[in-house]
Amino acid sequence: MIPAPFDYVRPASLDEACRVLGEAGDGDGDGEVKALAGGQSLLPLLRLRLAYPSVLVDLGRLEELRGVHDRGDHVFIGALTTHDEVLRSPVVREHAPLVALATATVADPAVRHRGTFGGSLAHADPAGDLPAVALALDCVLVTASGAGGREIPAAGFFTGYLETALEPGEVLTGVKVPKLGDGWGFHYEKFHRTAQAWAVVGVAAAVRIDAGAVAQARIGLTNMGPAPVRARAVETALRGVTPPAAGAGGGHDPVKDACAWADEGTSPPTDLHARPDYRRHLARVLTHRAVRAALP
Amino acid sequence: MTEQLDAGLVARRIAGSDQVGEPRDPAEGREVGRARRRREDARLITGRTRWTDNIQLPGMLHVAFLRSPMAHARLTRVDVSAALAMPGVVAAFSGRDFAGEQGSLPCAWPVSEDVVIPDHPPMAVDRVRYVGEAVACVVATDRYRAADALEAIEADYEPLEAVLDMTEALSDGAPAVHEAGNQAFTWRFSGGDADAAFHDAPVVLDRTYVQQRLIPTAMEPRAVVAVPEGEGFTLYSATQIPHILRVMLALTTGIPEHLLRVVAPDVGGGFGSKLQVTAEEVLGLLLARRLGRPVKWTESRSEGNLTAHHGRDQIQRISVAAERDGRIRGVRVDLLADMGAYLMLVTPGVPLLGAFMYSGVYKMDAYDFTCTGVFTTKVPTDAYRGAGRPEATFAIERAVDELAAELGLDPVEVRRRNWISREEFPYTTVAGLTYDSGDYEAATERALALFGYDELRAEQADRRERRDPVQLGIGVSTYTEMCGLAPSRVLGSLSYGAGGWEHAAVRLLPTGKVEVVTGTSPHGQGHETSWSQITADALGVPFEDVSVLHGDTAVSPRGMDTYGSRSLVVGGVAVLAACEKVKEKAKRLAAHLLEAADDDVEFADGTFRVRGTDQGRTIQELALAAFAAHDLPDGFEPRLDADATFDPENFSFPHGTHLCAVEADTETGRVAIRSYVAVDDVGRVVNPLIVEGQVRGGIAQGIGQALFEEAVHDTGGNLLTTTMADYLIPSAADLPDFVTDRTETPATSNPLGVKGVGEAGTIAATPAVVNAVVDALRPHGVRDVPMPCTPERVWRALARSRANDGGTR
Repeated sequence: MIPAPFDYVRPASLDEACRVLGEAGDGDGDGEVKALAGGQSLLPLLRLRLAYPSVLVDLGRLEELRGVHDRGDHVFIGALTTHDEVLRSPVVREHAPLVALATATVADPAVRHRGTFGGSLAHADPAGDLPAVALALDCVLVTASGAGGREIPAAGFFTGYLETALEPGEVLTGVKVPKLGDGWGFHYEKFHRTAQAWAVVGVAAAVRIDAGAVAQARIGLTNMGPAPVRARAVETALRGVTPPAAGAGGGHDPVKDACAWADEGTSPPTDLHARPDYRRHLARVLTHRAVRAALP
Repeated sequence: MTEQLDAGLVARRIAGSDQVGEPRDPAEGREVGRARRRREDARLITGRTRWTDNIQLPGMLHVAFLRSPMAHARLTRVDVSAALAMPGVVAAFSGRDFAGEQGSLPCAWPVSEDVVIPDHPPMAVDRVRYVGEAVACVVATDRYRAADALEAIEADYEPLEAVLDMTEALSDGAPAVHEAGNQAFTWRFSGGDADAAFHDAPVVLDRTYVQQRLIPTAMEPRAVVAVPEGEGFTLYSATQIPHILRVMLALTTGIPEHLLRVVAPDVGGGFGSKLQVTAEEVLGLLLARRLGRPVKWTESRSEGNLTAHHGRDQIQRISVAAERDGRIRGVRVDLLADMGAYLMLVTPGVPLLGAFMYSGVYKMDAYDFTCTGVFTTKVPTDAYRGAGRPEATFAIERAVDELAAELGLDPVEVRRRNWISREEFPYTTVAGLTYDSGDYEAATERALALFGYDELRAEQADRRERRDPVQLGIGVSTYTEMCGLAPSRVLGSLSYGAGGWEHAAVRLLPTGKVEVVTGTSPHGQGHETSWSQITADALGVPFEDVSVLHGDTAVSPRGMDTYGSRSLVVGGVAVLAACEKVKEKAKRLAAHLLEAADDDVEFADGTFRVRGTDQGRTIQELALAAFAAHDLPDGFEPRLDADATFDPENFSFPHGTHLCAVEADTETGRVAIRSYVAVDDVGRVVNPLIVEGQVRGGIAQGIGQALFEEAVHDTGGNLLTTTMADYLIPSAADLPDFVTDRTETPATSNPLGVKGVGEAGTIAATPAVVNAVVDALRPHGVRDVPMPCTPERVWRALARSRANDGGTR
C-alpha cells in the first residue's frame, strides 16, 4: 500500500533532529511529526494509512546513536543499534543476557537487521518483546531534547498503548541496562503462533538465587495490557521460595504457586489470537516456565 | 552433410556453425526421471524477469480502486469530482459511468437447473455486497497520486444487514443478498441405496466439520496492464488462465476475440486465486479503451486479501454407516457451501469437484450427496489448491479416524478393511469414478515403516499412562484425488462451460534447436523444465536445446491453462504427442534422403538410421534439410513441426499415505508437528525434484489450513485478516523437515503414466494433522477441534471437555 503524503527530513545532527521534532509539535491526530528509526513498525502503519504524520524525521544519519558500550555498572545500548547488532554484541551477551534472549525472538532476520533497539522501545507496542525486558531489568531510557534531555526509568516510560513519556522534540538516544551482578539467571519465554508473529504473551524473567532460595525475581510481561507490566505479585510471592530440584516429579511446587499470580493486575487484550481469559492462563503457565528456565 | 544439402548460403552458414544442435549423448541417460534443477528459477528468484508489475510503457497510467467499507449497503451516491481536481489525476469514474459497457463478471459453471447467477458488475452501481467491492476508480499519472485521490471521492451508503452465517442466510426472514434469495443452487448425487445402508446399521457416526474460509496467498499479488494497440488491445495479467481469460473477456467487454491478446508474463503463484476473470481485468481494458492509454493496476497484499476470491468455506455434515468390524456400508454428505456475494468463474463448481471424492479410497455400497450453495455478503469463494477435493478428503479421513476410535480399532486397520485392494483395479467407486490404478497397501506399508508407527504408538501409550502434559497424537490420511482435469465429455456432463483438453506445438528450428509451445500456463510449476525433459527424450535432443513458450495468446494460441493438477497429465502428454508427430515427419524425410523405405528407418538417440546400416541422419540435419527445402519428398511441407491436442479418457487418481505425529502441550494448547511422513503415488515421475517441491509445498499449505490459516470477519462483515500479521501462514521456521517417499503405479489413462502432483500434498495433509491433534487429546475426552487448531482452540477444547467431565482429569 501507499502512505499518505508526508515531508521527509534527515537531520545531520542530534540537535537538528530535536529541533525538527519539536517544531510541528507532537499530537495524537493527523499532522504529527514522527521519528523514523529502523521503520519496521512505523512503515507498515504508514502504508496501511493507520498513521498520517505530516513530517517524517529520519534518524538514520545519527551515527552517535549507534553501538553498544560497556560503562562499568551498566551496558549502554544506543537507540539506533539494530537488533542484529545487539545480538552480536559480546558485551550484551555477557552483561545483559536477557536482552539477547528476547532480541533473538524478535520477528525474523530481515526485521532484526533493520529494526532498532531504541525504535522498538519508543514505539512501545505492548506485543513487542523488548519493552517487558526493559521493565524487568529497570533500564533507564536516556533522551535528548532542546531542553537538554532526561533519564527516564522504564517504569515511567511506557504510559499506554503505543504511548511513552517522550515529549515533542525529545529523542530517545539510548538505554542504560543495569548489570545485575552474580547469582542471576535469565529467560525470555515467548508464546507466538508462527516464528515471525508477535507474542501472544511473553514473559521476561530474571531470578537470583541465594542459599538455595529465590532472593529476588524480576518479571516483565509482554502483551498483557496496553503497556508492558511487571508481575509484582509473582516477584513478591517468589521471594524466599525454595525451588524443587529439577526432575522432582509430582508433589507441591511453590514456584508454580507463586507464578499463579502472574495475571494479577493485568488487563490483557482481545485479538485474533487470544481472548483475555486465555492470555491470563498463558501468563500463569509461561511465567512458571520462564522462572524455571531462569533459575541459575 | 553440406554437400548433400546443396549450396544455399543460409543453409551452408547454418550447417557450418557451431550453433547447430547435435543429438543427445545417450550415455547421459534419459531426461525423464532426472532430478533437474528448474531452468526458470534463476530469473524467477532474482526477479530479473517480466512480472506484470515490472512492465513500464510510455504514457502508462495507474489505476486505484475505491472499495466499499460496507458488507451490504445501497450505494446511493458516488461523486468523483473532487478526485478529478487532485494533482496528477487524469480520470475518475464510478460504476454508473461504466454501467452501459461493463457487463457482468462471468460464471462458467452453471451447475444445476436451479442455479441463480446474479448480475455481477465489475464496479458496483447501486448496491454493494461485500467489503472491498469496487465502487469507483481513479486513473492518475502515478500510483501514489491515484491512491491519494481515492480519499477525495465521496460515496454514500445506506447500510443493509450483513449476511455472514450460511445457516442464518437460509432461514426465513434472513436479509436477502440477491432478489432471488440466498440459495444459489442445490445439487444432489447418489450411488447405491443409502437408506438400505443406514437402516439397521450397527454403527452410525454423525459429524459436522467446518472448512474455514481461506485466503489463497500467492507470493505475487495480482497485477494487470491493459494496452490499446492498433485496432485492439493487449492485456497483461498475473493470471493462471490467459486462454480462458481471452475468451471470457471478449464475451464480457465486447472487444472482439481476434483483437484481444492476453499475456500471462511470469506469474508468481496462484493456487487457484488467479483462475479467475476479475473486475480489475475487465475495468483495466475498459479504462484503456476509454482513455486510449495503457493502464496498470497492482494490488497490495491487503487489497488482495479483501478482494481476490477466497477458498473453502463449507459446513460438512457427514454420516457414516458401518459394521462393528469397521467395514463401511455407506456415507451421506450434506454440504453447505458459501459462495460469497456472487458466482465467479467456477464458484459453484468447486464443492462439486469434491462430490465424487467423499468415498475416498474406500469401498462401500451407498453414497448420498447434497450440496446447497449459499450467498453471503463476503467476497466470493472459488478455486483454491485442491478445490473441493481437500474438503471431501478431510471429511472422510476425519470420519474414518472417528470410526476407528468409536470401535476401539487402529485407524490404519480400519482403512485396510475398507480400501480398494491392489488386485481390484481398475475399480469403479460408489460415486461412479473408475480409479484406473493404485496400490494403497504399498504406500501405506512404506509410510508406516518410515514413520516408525509402532514405536510412536508405544510412546503415545507411555505418555498417556504417565499423564504427560505433552501428549503425542498420530494422524493418518490415506487419500486419493481425481485430478488431471480432464475429460471434456465428463466436464460437459457436469455443466462446466469449457473442455479439458490441452494443446502443444513442437517445432524444430533450422539450427536444430527446438521450440515447444504449450497451452498450459505455468505460474511456478516448472513446466519449462519438465516439458524440456519430455521433449529431449522424445526427439533425442539435448535438454538445453529446447525452449518452452507459454502464456501469450499470440504465441500459444490454443490452451486450457493450468489448474487442477492437469498440466503434466494433459499438457505434458500433448507435448509428447506433438513430438511423436514431428518424429513421423522427420522419419519420412530421412527415408527420402537416405533413399530407403519409411519402414526401414528407425529412430534412436536423435538419429534416424536405415535398419542394419550405419546410414543415418540426425534430427538436426533433417531440420536443416526441411528448412532448406532443396530436396524434400513430394508434398512435404518445408518444416519439421506439429501440433497435438490431448483429451484424456479419464481423470487421474494420485494417492498416498500421509502420517503425522504431533505433540500437544495440554497446558498451553500449542500443537507442534514432531514428524511428518508422506508417501505419494503420483504415477511416473518426470522430474523428482519438482515432484518433491510440489509435495512439500502442498503439505505446508495443508498444514496451514489445519493449524494456522483462517479468514475472520467481524459481525459487520469486515475482514479482520487483511495483513500477514493477522492471516498467518506457516514459514519454514514453523514446519519440521518432512520425510517423503514415493511408490509408483503408472496411470493407465495417458501414455506417460503420470497422475499429477500439484494438489496432492494439500489434500492429504490437512486431515493427517487434525487427526493427529484429536488423537493427542482423545484421552482428555476431546473428539474434535475446529480448524485451524490454534493453541487457544485446543486449550478451550480441553477446558470444555474437563468441564463436561466434572473436572476428574
